[in-house]
Amino acid sequence: MSEEKLGFFGRLKQGLTKTRNNIVNGIDSVFSGFSNIDDDFYEELEEILIMGDIGINATTSILDRLKEQVREQHIKEPSQCKELLIQSIKDQMHVESTAYDFEKEQSVVMVIGVNGVGKTTSVGKLAGILKNDGRKVLLAAADTFRAAAGEQLTEWANRAGVDIIGGAEGSDPASVIYDAVNAAKARNVDVLLCDTAGRLHNKKNLMEELRKMNRIIDKEFSGVHRENLVVLDGTTGQNALQQAREFGEVADLTGIILTKMDGTAKGGIAVAIQSELNVPVKYIGVGETIEDLQKFDSDDFVNALFNVHGEAESGME
Amino acid sequence: MAFESLTDKLQNVFKNLRSKGRLTEDDVKAALKEVKMALLEADVNFKVVKQFVKSVEERAVGADVMNGLNPGQMVIKIVNEEMVSLMGSETTELTFQPGKAITVIMMCGLQGAGKTTTTAKIAGKLKQKGKKSLLVACDVYRPAAIKQLQVNAEKQNVDVFSMGDKHKPVDIAKAAIEHAEKNGHNVVILDTAGRLQIDEAMMAELQEIKEKVTVHQTLLVVDAMTGQDAVNIAKEFDEKIGLDGVVLTKMDGDTRGGAALSVKAVTGKPIIYVGMGEKLSDLEQFYPDRMAGRILGMGDVLSLIEKVQIDVDEDKEKQMAAKMKKGKFDFEDYLESMNQMKKMGGLSYILGMMPGMGAKMGDIESMVDDKQLSRMEAIVLSMTQAERQNPKLLNPSRKHRIAKGAGVDISVVNRFIKQFEQSQKMMKQLPGMLGGKGKKGRGGFPGGFKLPF
Repeated sequence: MSEEKLGFFGRLKQGLTKTRNNIVNGIDSVFSGFSNIDDDFYEELEEILIMGDIGINATTSILDRLKEQVREQHIKEPSQCKELLIQSIKDQMHVESTAYDFEKEQSVVMVIGVNGVGKTTSVGKLAGILKNDGRKVLLAAADTFRAAAGEQLTEWANRAGVDIIGGAEGSDPASVIYDAVNAAKARNVDVLLCDTAGRLHNKKNLMEELRKMNRIIDKEFSGVHRENLVVLDGTTGQNALQQAREFGEVADLTGIILTKMDGTAKGGIAVAIQSELNVPVKYIGVGETIEDLQKFDSDDFVNALFNVHGEAESGME
Repeated sequence: MAFESLTDKLQNVFKNLRSKGRLTEDDVKAALKEVKMALLEADVNFKVVKQFVKSVEERAVGADVMNGLNPGQMVIKIVNEEMVSLMGSETTELTFQPGKAITVIMMCGLQGAGKTTTTAKIAGKLKQKGKKSLLVACDVYRPAAIKQLQVNAEKQNVDVFSMGDKHKPVDIAKAAIEHAEKNGHNVVILDTAGRLQIDEAMMAELQEIKEKVTVHQTLLVVDAMTGQDAVNIAKEFDEKIGLDGVVLTKMDGDTRGGAALSVKAVTGKPIIYVGMGEKLSDLEQFYPDRMAGRILGMGDVLSLIEKVQIDVDEDKEKQMAAKMKKGKFDFEDYLESMNQMKKMGGLSYILGMMPGMGAKMGDIESMVDDKQLSRMEAIVLSMTQAERQNPKLLNPSRKHRIAKGAGVDISVVNRFIKQFEQSQKMMKQLPGMLGGKGKKGRGGFPGGFKLPF
């Protein structure tokens, strides 16, 4: 068990380290390579933030605030500037203490997002985690469009040892949701996890289909804790913001699952999304196994992003 | 519309400038600041943007402003030309081994980029060209990946080779090629598992396939929505595996697709196909010049025209074209074209692809929301057959009847008919556009369509 525990943190650290190295290396070189806070210095900062996919708008507002603070507080040292920048991004990332209440209550979690971001995989991992916590979990395979999506989720259900409600390929996903909700009620399930088909957020009909599914859950299962998690690919650029925005239009988003964070992508889009839409990132995916879905802590995340390795590691252990 | 188009922005930058004749350094700098922002918004890699802006600046400062263009348009012209030259000006096709020899294609990329779907799409495309493809399930990791390939292949009516998930991908690839030799396939497409470019073990797996098996074309499948990391992905795959081409997927989203430019700039490898939808037929040739326009936010009018051509039923298109030429586009055709429009993804989708729509989009959207369209449909459906075929019959009393039938005010009917007459005039100019398939340059449009540069 303790070995597993180590693996858990090791994995998180490993995943984050890959993310961290790039920004940290960049930031450190900036802060040490400059003796003055001047335009070149800010330009360098801009480059690092943009290269991290934070986006031009969020970057500009972060830097504007930084400049203002530097002016107000008469800061001359680039290293002091570093502290300010970290605080500034923390402010941007700050959200109400992220609620994982749904894990404890009777809840329906709908997992949505564009194609190929890792919805099915995330649902599978989440099922495993909740099952391990002793919750009674039911999966709804409402991706009736993509070939073999149902089989993929069934495989995850088997691995996690939970039940699954599905429909034939091409059948109405809303009916799968309807069946699953009623099954969840009948079987007194704790958490119903609904996997949905990937859809691009600019496809009107598919978005309406999602709206309908959302409505059915509301109607058929009133009073239950609702959770709509949008899955975003950590390697996605500025379009992720638009995705979060549009999905939020059809189903109130309660959180984000940021996947593929074990690559070299820096996940900066999370900063842009939290600051612009105020939707918290609740989980990050840092690998392919069930343990690789981690709860997201924005404070830790920003610390990990900016701290030098020693500090980050000791903080993590 | 997510973005204000670059054209509109530049128009604003230059509104107060009066520079005539030559582009001054200040003009260019001001304009390029907007270009830089647009490219970053489009997810073009920061370093690529920097390099690009520099090369445009060198060319633009001191350049003569052409007759009929304002300085902003002149900058866009140069930017566009530079972009097209960077993206490559020609479309690239897959190359095949001569005669009956088997061509082996390997697909690779990150998880969720769309490899399996693209594999089936390419097989369908090659089938049209008379090739007999064998799809090989080398993804032994993702649950149900093999099944997904089998289902898609069945829809495309092509063969799949699978050995389950207990063998090494390289052994599956070898066996597949033997199988292809025996069964008369001339193309073998290896669908590999998604992997991160920094996953050494997984990358080694692809290297091993390339060592033990002759792979003629290695295609990287890249999600068009990829951000700054696109350069790292492309560079690593190219250096470790060696790429011959790129497929850009999910281009039917509203991303500007700056990743295309990053990938091209880093690898120099051509983008061959673009995935444009979930249907297995939604795979298109890549046109670098159009991509340039899309990244810059200058619309994609050429792609639109092509889409119109493909989606429109061919016979009906011929009939309609003939009618248009004669200016005899009637309400029956209007109904027909409305249906076509729905097939193509609705009016706002089409308008979004038109250049220069950014600023006006708000107006247009309010003008033509879906309710409005169905109201217009109701008006047409309230006409008699004769009226539909001959709009000239529509006198005031008939119009009153139609208004009642459609449940709208008479003024709505009047306005609609007036709009129809205007579009009739516009339609007369369309054949020139529709006939211009493959025509280079955007200057060839009839005067009715004013382009932003």
